[in-house]
Amino acid sequence: MQLYLPIAEVSVNAFLILGLGGIVGFMSGMFGVGGGFLITPLLFFIGVPPAVAVATGANQVVASSVSGVLAQLRRKGVDFQMGGVLLAGGIAGSAIGVWLFNWMKALGQVDLFVQLSYVLFLGLIGAMMLQESLRTLLRSRQTGAPIRRSHVHSWVHGLPFKMKFRASGLYISVIPPLIVGALVGVLAAIMGVGGGFIMVPAMIYLLGMPTKVVIGTSLFQIIFVTAFTTVMHAVTSQTVDMMLALLLILGGVVGAQIGTRVGMRLKAEQLRILLSLLVLSVSIRIALDLLMKPDELYSVAGGVLP
Amino acid sequence: MIRVPVLVLAFLLALAPQMVLADEMIVSGLSQNRVSITADFDGSEILIYGAVKRDAPAPGDSPLEVIITVEGPASPVMVRRKDRVAGIWVNNAAVRIDSAPSFYAVATTGPLNHILSDTDNLRFGITIERVIRAVGIAAEADDAGEFILALLRVRTDEDRFRILEGRVELTEDTLFRTDVVLPANLTEGEYKVRLFLLRDQKVVAHQERVIGVRKVGLERFVFKLAHERPLVYGLLSLVLAALAGWGASAAFRLFRA
Repeated sequence: MQLYLPIAEVSVNAFLILGLGGIVGFMSGMFGVGGGFLITPLLFFIGVPPAVAVATGANQVVASSVSGVLAQLRRKGVDFQMGGVLLAGGIAGSAIGVWLFNWMKALGQVDLFVQLSYVLFLGLIGAMMLQESLRTLLRSRQTGAPIRRSHVHSWVHGLPFKMKFRASGLYISVIPPLIVGALVGVLAAIMGVGGGFIMVPAMIYLLGMPTKVVIGTSLFQIIFVTAFTTVMHAVTSQTVDMMLALLLILGGVVGAQIGTRVGMRLKAEQLRILLSLLVLSVSIRIALDLLMKPDELYSVAGGVLP
Repeated sequence: MIRVPVLVLAFLLALAPQMVLADEMIVSGLSQNRVSITADFDGSEILIYGAVKRDAPAPGDSPLEVIITVEGPASPVMVRRKDRVAGIWVNNAAVRIDSAPSFYAVATTGPLNHILSDTDNLRFGITIERVIRAVGIAAEADDAGEFILALLRVRTDEDRFRILEGRVELTEDTLFRTDVVLPANLTEGEYKVRLFLLRDQKVVAHQERVIGVRKVGLERFVFKLAHERPLVYGLLSLVLAALAGWGASAAFRLFRA
């Protein structure tokens, strides 16, 4: 069934979009990532203009995150205190990110900047996660090997402004989560994503949060970051396509529910290996685009230009 | 005294092209002069037909040829070229083209270079190359011409630019018709249809018609809201997203219970 999108101004197959939304929603529910880093390249691929893809992707992430959070909420998987602190840092970081983005735009290299950010951060985080989870998996196979404690006291625990995060069972300074939130906010604004794929490993490895609350808390703060992004795009460039978003959402919310349930059945290490492989493959795909000679060297950007 | 304006009027009328080329005129019709973009819009086919009206018998010296062009709304475009810099392919050179149509089709009765002279192509702006306005691009890049060729190539691949040589059917040197398929990725606006009669590579008569392409119904409503009340639109998108998320979650819980 063909459907004409009013803002993107292209005709697409409605079932294809529903399917795309479903796949991304499934990932989102399973891993606690918004799926922005998947949806945006996928939409480019089916011919949606990049600006519309980025803005509409953000809108779809809002819906799948709400759906995911509600599923996590019932199993007490959301640490609201931690989410709030991360969000405070995130909003500050996002403001810096928007400023950086506009600065690169003025230099005329924003595409490259975004692509390089994708390759660098997705590659780095994917590789780190893969290495760490493989090691954990191997260690759990060797019986008798020393079991790593979940709470390792490091310099992080020596900082001031300590706060009790009851749901996470942590008593740490608010400074690390604020910094993590801000860094994710910067990257989210530059790359046009929610930032879950950075947030999840940061919460596990940097903040030492239990995996049980990581996904819900990540989704909780992604809702607000992407909601902010959606409204900003709608106001500044009118690139949110409601029709496209609704189709993606319909597929996505169902996918997210299934994904959450599948995710609960998998072991944390397995989940992390899968997520790291996914993140790595997206990174490699974008790196190949940069390294290989494109079929068409020229590109045409139409419409209203500054 | 009264005669002066009358004379001026007669003079002006004499200058009008139809009067100069009065021996052959176009009478034309379109299968539709409005295209409505609805939610299920998937391209549209327009039949352009017509006849040649003559006051005197047709001049027999050279064959009659017909060219029909359909031109979508134009906008400035930026053409960028990727170059290898430090091992990676990045957008390097860029050329801004003042105006290029979003859609352009040329349908003819024969090969363009046979039936149309360069002078008249330049004068009436018939081929795509003549329709694209790119003034002073030579200053923007060393090989600015390459960028124009790239624009033609890219848009031709996207089905936005079409050359339909030999696709106008001409019967008895009088009746002509052609079909032009408007693609699904249509831009809203006025589509200009131009019809040219040629003899001896020269335009002997021409006419212009307009097809209005507009979004209607839900498409129109969404588009208008997005552009006229962007904040409301953005917030509405969020509310829809949140409701859908909550709805799915609630539905699944019911499903499991």
